[in-house]
Amino acid sequence: MQKELLKVTDLEQHFPIKGGFLGRTVNHVKAVDGVSFTIHEGETLSIVGESGCGKSTTGRAILRLDEPTGGQVEFKGKDLLSFNKKEMNKTRKDMQVIFQDPYASLNPRHSVFQILNEAMEIQKVVPKDKREDRIKELLETVGLGAHQMHRMPHEFSGGQRQRIGIARALAVNPELIIADEAVSALDVSIQAQVINLLKKLQRDFNLTYLFISHDLGVVRHISDRIIVMYLGKIVEIADKKSLFENPQHPYTKALLSAIPTATTGKKKERIILKGDVPSPIDPPTGCRFHTRCPFATELCMKETPKLRTTDSMLGSHQAACHYMEQIESGEHQPTR
Amino acid sequence: MSEQMQTIDNPRTAVKPPNPRLKNAKIAYNKLKKNKAAMIGGFMILFFIAVAFIGPYFTPYAPETQDLVNKLQPPSADHWFGTDHYGRDIFSRIIHGMSITLYIGFFSVAMGATVGVVLGMVSGYYGGKIDTVIMRVMDVLLAFPGILLALAIVSVLGPSLNNVIIAVAIFSVPVFARIVRGSTLSVRKLEYIDAMKALGASDFRILFKHILPNIASPIIVQATLSIATTVLTAAGLSFLGLGAQPPMPEWGAMLSDGRNYMYNAWHVAFFPGVMIVLVVLAFNIFGDGLRDALDPKMKE
Repeated sequence: MQKELLKVTDLEQHFPIKGGFLGRTVNHVKAVDGVSFTIHEGETLSIVGESGCGKSTTGRAILRLDEPTGGQVEFKGKDLLSFNKKEMNKTRKDMQVIFQDPYASLNPRHSVFQILNEAMEIQKVVPKDKREDRIKELLETVGLGAHQMHRMPHEFSGGQRQRIGIARALAVNPELIIADEAVSALDVSIQAQVINLLKKLQRDFNLTYLFISHDLGVVRHISDRIIVMYLGKIVEIADKKSLFENPQHPYTKALLSAIPTATTGKKKERIILKGDVPSPIDPPTGCRFHTRCPFATELCMKETPKLRTTDSMLGSHQAACHYMEQIESGEHQPTR
Repeated sequence: MSEQMQTIDNPRTAVKPPNPRLKNAKIAYNKLKKNKAAMIGGFMILFFIAVAFIGPYFTPYAPETQDLVNKLQPPSADHWFGTDHYGRDIFSRIIHGMSITLYIGFFSVAMGATVGVVLGMVSGYYGGKIDTVIMRVMDVLLAFPGILLALAIVSVLGPSLNNVIIAVAIFSVPVFARIVRGSTLSVRKLEYIDAMKALGASDFRILFKHILPNIASPIIVQATLSIATTVLTAAGLSFLGLGAQPPMPEWGAMLSDGRNYMYNAWHVAFFPGVMIVLVVLAFNIFGDGLRDALDPKMKE
């Protein structure tokens, strides 16, 4: 049995919308609404979904970069949300983040040396006189040269900057790294390099990743397990193989059908969803996908489906749909 | 170009740590050099500073020596700028007044900027209620015309040069607070600030090591421009009798004295007036040039 590293229970992030008289809160953006999952030590768990489905917000809430409005986050058995600022800052040593935009994630006025040195200084992981050696080592670990130590961020390319960001995250020897769209801003060939680097680092340092991405190809390459999110809720969670070969939720199916294939001849059925993602300010009742789901019925409008397993699912595969079995057996046909 | 390529590709030249701030300053200086007006302003400022330090040792007369026989003399070889109603040499008084003017300008702006920058950063970084309270107080201060506010403060504190500095500093606080708050808002949401938070950096570290250096340019520009306003306000207060007290050779006070003799001795008011204009102008055009030079969006 694998050890649990991070356990998220009913995480909720509702951002207030200020407006009206004297800036009162008029409504909330329900960016993340009751998300629960567990990450085991040494695995890569990915979160995929469209823009605005709450995947990045989930990552930020776990790190308490934005204070979540509800739920629990347990890291190595300790409740992170109950920590005060000081305790939290100490724990941050064990959980680091890699950001999406390599041009915004490095302070333009600090050299690589200053950036990495500061990370170690804050968490006091390496004594002062050994930091320079450690920085050289870190740079080499992420595929940069020690001679580049004193350069400024603007002297590097996007891919190199992302490597610096990774080195900064590694500088404090974390156990969990949350990669928030870490390769989305890079072009495809660089993406591959950075992903392979992340995989290598995972093997070498026994890292655990929470990998947030909208790119199914990337996710397929790097993940052990995958969470599919839609409008602030998890619709399906499964190991990589089950999800790609045996998707159960109609949304997952639609999402997967959008992956372009290289094979010609065999025509793939493309599920095209109608309409737009509804607003998270006022999400649909019941199943949040019912406004666009081809199989939706009255039940879907009324009752929120829970994550559950059916007979056709393997392992820890779970999905949140009322009609999984019926759709699978062909009993339940598209209603529109 | 080839030189630049070398530093990037040759590991040996790159090992030496180049000072990043110097590099940025050099780019800005090169841009500034192309702006003639700003350079003239800059040299004028340097000249004024030099005069303020060295000038007093070389004046032909002591600034406060009265010579009632030669009162209200027009400019001549003996008295380059003429004499005032007590027969004091105006040229000497102007030279001695230079340091007073610059002293007021630099000190009040330094005080105002320090307070304004801290308030603005706190306001922009924390937001919420702190922000609302700070910014509403700043709005109240801004609602008064500067001179009126300074007038009110000086009348409470009592007329003296140091109180003028305090008054002028207080009225320049909101200008800095607003600018800094805006810049802080634009920087605090950037990912490198989040990265620092994720590393567990203290707010103090984030504010002063990461936000402040990245919003320095607008502060420098505003400080330069503020000196001009400050000099003008301080002179205005002295003109109204609330600032420097006689017989101090303060330009605003000299202007005020000269006002009574405008019709028969123009030079008594003219020279202090011209000097105030020159100093204000120098700081204004230099500040404008600096703004252009430090703006990263303005390419050469």
